[in-house]
Amino acid sequence: MELIQQLINGITLGSTYALIALGYTMVYGIVLLINFAHGEIFMFGAFAGLFIVTVLGISNLYLAILGAMVFSMGLGVLIEFIAYRPLRGSTRLSALISAIGVSIFLGSLMVLIRGANVTSFPRKELFTMKNIEFYGLSISNLQIAIILISAILMISLQLFVNYTKIGRAMRATSMDGDASILMGVNQNSIISITFAIGSGLAAAGGVLWGLNFSSIHPYMGLMAGLKAFAAAVLGGIGSIPGAMFGGVFLGVAETLGIAADLSKYKDAFAFAILIIVLLIRPTGLFGRKISKKV
Amino acid sequence: MKNLIPENYAVRFIFFLLSFVALYYFLKGLAFAINDNYILTILTYMAINTILALGLNLITGITGQLNLGHAAFMSIGAYTGALLTMKMNMPFGISILAAGIMAALIGVLIGYPILRLTGDYFAITTLGFAEIVRVLFNGMEFTNGAIGISGIPRHTNFSIAWSIAVLVIILMVWLNNSRNGRSYMAIRDNEIAAESMGINTSLFKIQSFAVGSFMGGVGGALLAHQISFIKPDMFGFMKSIELLMMVVMGGLGSIPGTILGASLLTMAPEALRVFADYKYLIYGSLLVVMMIFRPNGILGGVNLRQLLDFSVKKKNIERKNLSN
Repeated sequence: MELIQQLINGITLGSTYALIALGYTMVYGIVLLINFAHGEIFMFGAFAGLFIVTVLGISNLYLAILGAMVFSMGLGVLIEFIAYRPLRGSTRLSALISAIGVSIFLGSLMVLIRGANVTSFPRKELFTMKNIEFYGLSISNLQIAIILISAILMISLQLFVNYTKIGRAMRATSMDGDASILMGVNQNSIISITFAIGSGLAAAGGVLWGLNFSSIHPYMGLMAGLKAFAAAVLGGIGSIPGAMFGGVFLGVAETLGIAADLSKYKDAFAFAILIIVLLIRPTGLFGRKISKKV
Repeated sequence: MKNLIPENYAVRFIFFLLSFVALYYFLKGLAFAINDNYILTILTYMAINTILALGLNLITGITGQLNLGHAAFMSIGAYTGALLTMKMNMPFGISILAAGIMAALIGVLIGYPILRLTGDYFAITTLGFAEIVRVLFNGMEFTNGAIGISGIPRHTNFSIAWSIAVLVIILMVWLNNSRNGRSYMAIRDNEIAAESMGINTSLFKIQSFAVGSFMGGVGGALLAHQISFIKPDMFGFMKSIELLMMVVMGGLGSIPGTILGASLLTMAPEALRVFADYKYLIYGSLLVVMMIFRPNGILGGVNLRQLLDFSVKKKNIERKNLSN
């Protein structure tokens, strides 16, 4: 029973990781760039949710998530336009360093706006907690809501990518960028849409994170982002189901580690797993094998 | 310059040793002449950062392996040095050397498996490794956990730091111009081509990683004996990024550029104390602007020798004339 309880806690945590990891994996699949600023977009999403609830006074969970998503979509597109688009075609190292720069900029911007302290997230106003006792398991309705909302978002993403015209264009760009341009895909707009979708999902993850831990702070983007990236690599970067699996897997591994009284080392689990997976299967669990042409 | 250096290796060694001792006493005299603790401290940090950044430059700039976890080797060196000096009463020189060797050993141990990975995967693994090191230092008993170690004797000073820095600079220039250095650059420019030219890429990658980590360890130990207090959070991701900033700003792969970057970024926070709150805001935007407008850094791609030494130019012109 204890194990199942921890599994449920892990899946709750993991579904937020998975939401963030999707943004990493989609962007990497299309522009081959580790979007380091993604963790900060997640953090901004959480703060946008806080702003909507406390300043605008809208205490509706779905509106808060939606508002945060819209805000972060704009932010993501803006970042792509300012910091990544001019670097298209330059070396990948330059693009990566630029992404790190954006990440540092956004993190310290939020520290300037809100201070470096931990802010409590208004969980009470958004959600009335209820514990469901079930054969010795204690599951809160919040956990169920988090898992359900993440699942709905992920399923709609999967449907969008697989069954719409834009989704097909995204897959084509990720498969072969140059060929997709020849087939009439507007690469710039597809990249913008990818950034928008990824950032929106991260923002939803941010609000759910705030609900789950009932506190947010400006530095949470760094660690959560790194772990989510580890999840994306674990599942095979570029693969959407891989990112979902990787996120949930890491969440479960982390909660099980904490349950095994190793909470001192909890931040190391994700990276240890990441390194081991990369050494055994360098393209991740669901990744395609890429052969290098000479 | 060349006829100043004797041919015989033993004589050469003594010659270098003597000039090194002379340099040390010269720096000591200089410190006496400056006689301002604030300036001397900043100059010491400059030397330490130069050592650290040159190590990172070897790995990232010259060998082309993006290392996002240089602070981990720094922390390994800092803890090794501090513990050796404090718990085992080792002399300062041995502590520093042991710190470097420890960092290099761990660099080889971790580098051997992960240097098989390429590009972004390698970068992210070094980042993960650095986080693991930080978390381990945070959790372990003998490192005193998150509280850290305080009361480390302040052995580092201006003359020692700069003597080591000069030694490191000479070593780097020498390495850069050697057969090994050319192999590193070949790996950076095109790994597959380098391999097909007969370069043992994995050997040279590990070699450069180990030497770079050694510099990281030495720099970390010097830092520990300078501020006399270390804790794991000092060596987080942001520290690695700060070191990377120094290398990128000065010019990836350029030794004078790295020294310039390290010096500038050590002085900048002091000179811009008014803007201390905006430090990382400026860092972040500077990285982006730099990458867009001058991706090679301030001195990247500039051949200093050609700029300073006109005889090189003349020779080139003569050569051109000959070939015509």
